[in-house]
Amino acid sequence: MTRPDKPQPLLVVDGVTVRFGGLVAIDNVSFEVREGELLGLIGPNGAGKTTMLRAITGVARPAQGQVLLDGESLNGQPIHQRIRRGLSLSQQLVKPLRGITLEENVALAAAKAKTVRPLRALLHVSSADELAQARRELERVGIAALAGQSPATQPLGVLKRLEMARALALGPRLLLLDEPLAGLNSKEAHALADTIADINRQGVTVVLIEHNLGEVLRICQRLVVLDNGRKIGEGEPRAVMADPVVRTAYLGGDTVEAKHA
Amino acid sequence: MNYEISLLTTMAISVMFALSLNLITGFCGQISLGHAAFQGVGAYAAALLAKAGWPFLATLPVSMLLAGALGVIVGLASLRVRADFLAITTMGVVFLFVGVVRQQDVLGGELGISGIPDHGLGKAGFMVVALLACAAVAALSVYIKRTWMGRVFNGIAEDEDTMRVLSIDVPRYKLAAFALGTALAGLSGAFYAYHLQFIGADNFGFVESITVLSMVVFGGIGSVPGVVIAAALLSVLPAWFQVIGDYKLLVYGGLLFLMMRFSPGGMAALARRFFNPVTPQGGRT
Repeated sequence: MTRPDKPQPLLVVDGVTVRFGGLVAIDNVSFEVREGELLGLIGPNGAGKTTMLRAITGVARPAQGQVLLDGESLNGQPIHQRIRRGLSLSQQLVKPLRGITLEENVALAAAKAKTVRPLRALLHVSSADELAQARRELERVGIAALAGQSPATQPLGVLKRLEMARALALGPRLLLLDEPLAGLNSKEAHALADTIADINRQGVTVVLIEHNLGEVLRICQRLVVLDNGRKIGEGEPRAVMADPVVRTAYLGGDTVEAKHA
Repeated sequence: MNYEISLLTTMAISVMFALSLNLITGFCGQISLGHAAFQGVGAYAAALLAKAGWPFLATLPVSMLLAGALGVIVGLASLRVRADFLAITTMGVVFLFVGVVRQQDVLGGELGISGIPDHGLGKAGFMVVALLACAAVAALSVYIKRTWMGRVFNGIAEDEDTMRVLSIDVPRYKLAAFALGTALAGLSGAFYAYHLQFIGADNFGFVESITVLSMVVFGGIGSVPGVVIAAALLSVLPAWFQVIGDYKLLVYGGLLFLMMRFSPGGMAALARRFFNPVTPQGGRT
């Protein structure tokens, strides 16, 4: 094997277009995610950020283009296979299993190796290792004290952290976070943003979709900006935010292509 | 004494059958309105093999295999459909089964298969084997619930989209549930054929499918002891009370309806999946 001089990007989004019927949700977008970075994927409402994430995880199928992880195309692979190859998604709408405890929710993700096939899952009873890992992940996001509680009675702030712990328990190489700060007050958001930065420092590559620009600018090393399904900016946060095209997209007003409602 | 032995054997077969459906509907959350078809496949396989001179015990694995194979085929067909359509698909299977069997002279046609050879165990011996098989199925159910397979089934029953994001190959687990549940239904079918020594297509129709579903719902979706007790009770009621035997569909249908309407938790969740398809479907057509 020949090694390229430049390290290969972990994830490559290559000319991806996603259409819903006649609507173009993502229009020929390309960007890279480098190993170890914390990349912010931002843009106004309806810019196509969540759709982009869904195209990466396999929920939405691109009409054109491809997504590559470690140089290998993920096209045609179902969601669970992409997750097994190292992606992990923390969803915007938190969806814990309500019949089991917080730690059991996380353990279900931690049991990835045992649940790869039904037959293997049938032969394993013990959940001690997975519960231990679950408690470590809950510790990591700061809700270890609630491990034995039911998610049904927890506030949104806890559930957001649970969702992240569950995504971390999959042992991802690339963690995709879809608006983890939404619905939190500024203090909670600040704390969770710190947690995300910590997780990134521990070696997990992160793509963060977020509307809270203050926190995004504080913790992200690089930004990709989407607007109306197109990429309108990419690079170091301050430089990107100083870009007039990006400013216009965020602050509204007249652009070169006037927006017709 | 003969009466009690026969009653206990009937109970054991019903409990086995109900537990097999509980694996699919209770554990994995996949509704089936045609489960009797798989018991029928097992029963017909055992009956034909018995007539061909096979010993009783040898017919059991073949019955399980054939029923399980059909279960996998139905499972594959249903992977594409969501919970609401699954009810319709599985209902179609039981009508298909009855329709096909009635037309085949090899399978006894309208007359069914009579004169199924004796198992050679004696009535008491057969009862003991049936009870042992029933206990084994119950033990397997309890074991599955404690394994990672059981935990994954439980997750799929609650929210399969989330399970995909947690790296679970959802279709494969659903197929596993179908394969296991239908194979065990086939096993109960083999016992059924040897017990009655006469079978007809109507023994495995829609009414029987609803009966077994009402046993599972009445016992409590997913609960092994609950389903065992409910199936044991509901299987002997028609023998004790003639009225129930005469109005079987009414009693079980009514029971099913009442449980779904008024009981919380798992039963309510099933009711949602069971009753929801009607409205949007009706609206579209």
